[in-house]
Amino acid sequence: MNQWKNFTKGFIKENPVFILLLGLCPTLGVTTSAINGLGMGLATTFVLLMSNTVISLIKNVIPNKVRIPSFIVIIASFVTIVDLVMAAYVPALHAQLGLFIPLIVVNCIVLGRAEAFASKNTVLSSMIDGLGMGLGFAFALTILGAVRELLGSYAIFGYKLINTDGMLVFVLAPGAFIGLAYLVAIVRRINK
Amino acid sequence: MAKKDSTFLNMTLTLLIVTAISAVALGFVYNSTKGPIEDAKAQKLKNAINIVVPGADKGEVEEFKVPSPDGGEELTFYKVTHNGELKGYAVNTYSNNGFSGHISVMVGFDENGVIIDNNVLEHAETPGLGDKTSKDVSDWNSQFIGKNPAEFKLNVKKDGGDVDAITAATISSRAYCDALDRAYRGFVAFKESSDSKLVEVSDDNTLIEDNNTEVDSTSNENIGGTK
Repeated sequence: MNQWKNFTKGFIKENPVFILLLGLCPTLGVTTSAINGLGMGLATTFVLLMSNTVISLIKNVIPNKVRIPSFIVIIASFVTIVDLVMAAYVPALHAQLGLFIPLIVVNCIVLGRAEAFASKNTVLSSMIDGLGMGLGFAFALTILGAVRELLGSYAIFGYKLINTDGMLVFVLAPGAFIGLAYLVAIVRRINK
Repeated sequence: MAKKDSTFLNMTLTLLIVTAISAVALGFVYNSTKGPIEDAKAQKLKNAINIVVPGADKGEVEEFKVPSPDGGEELTFYKVTHNGELKGYAVNTYSNNGFSGHISVMVGFDENGVIIDNNVLEHAETPGLGDKTSKDVSDWNSQFIGKNPAEFKLNVKKDGGDVDAITAATISSRAYCDALDRAYRGFVAFKESSDSKLVEVSDDNTLIEDNNTEVDSTSNENIGGTK
């Protein structure tokens, strides 16, 4: 039961985007469409799961003073692996997200979970935490991407609902802030 | 939790081991994805050429560089032939005047310089606005199909040209026209240089022919004279 809570906390209660407001750079940057948000979210989930697992495995052999550089090296390695694998096997998605994939390295969520959770908990809990947080992040990005795509180009996952231009502001940067603000407000209301 | 002490030796060794393992893992992944990444790139280029010069996938593609008409980066030409018959030239052109800088465009010309088709290869234009230059997003760029830039002015209507700009993305449209125009001028310059080579060859032929005709005429005269 405890592990289930550990897993689900990333979706609403401690959602990285809506509640913790971490990792907003990729959140605002890539969510011009639902599919981009989902792709970015899943890439981050993979990195989170792997880095949390590895870091909780080696937490006892890393001297305290060099833990941050070690974590960063591990995270950067996984991000590079994701980048290369995506470029090789899903070049279309990689072309869309290309710029933001290397940014996962400095995504506060990844280092934040490594520091706050994985370096203090068991491997299993850390894996579940990484998976939950990552999926929560993917969930938030997909919702935001869907809202912006729906209002900005009247489409959802690339399917045009109304065949005209939408409210262009939602495709542009201001729309990301407006959309995120409303979603944060709604989630806070639900959590109350 | 028996945490290790942060002694100098411990810290150095730990970082060394962590980085060494990472380096080995990355080297392995790099090597195993290198092939697929190159294949994906080659496939992308092939598809791009095939869009602007249909039939390129069945024919032979010959790649060469042509200097840009206004200096700067070279243009890449792909001459497409099928069973010795010229299908067209695909030109990889560019403009640095996009809303977010560099855009890369592929355009196909037939031998007379008529645009067969065109598409954007790489860009960083605003999604929903400037990305309409791409075939995946809208059919805006089909207005260039079958047009000869010698008569069809590659400029948006606002600047006195013949191109309908994308609504709310005039800068992207201008950059696209700029890229096509650069390709066309490069194509014309390339054509002229290769034509002049042909002319030289044909000049030689005409000289020989002239000699022949002279001979003929003299012989005719002779014939005439004898008659």
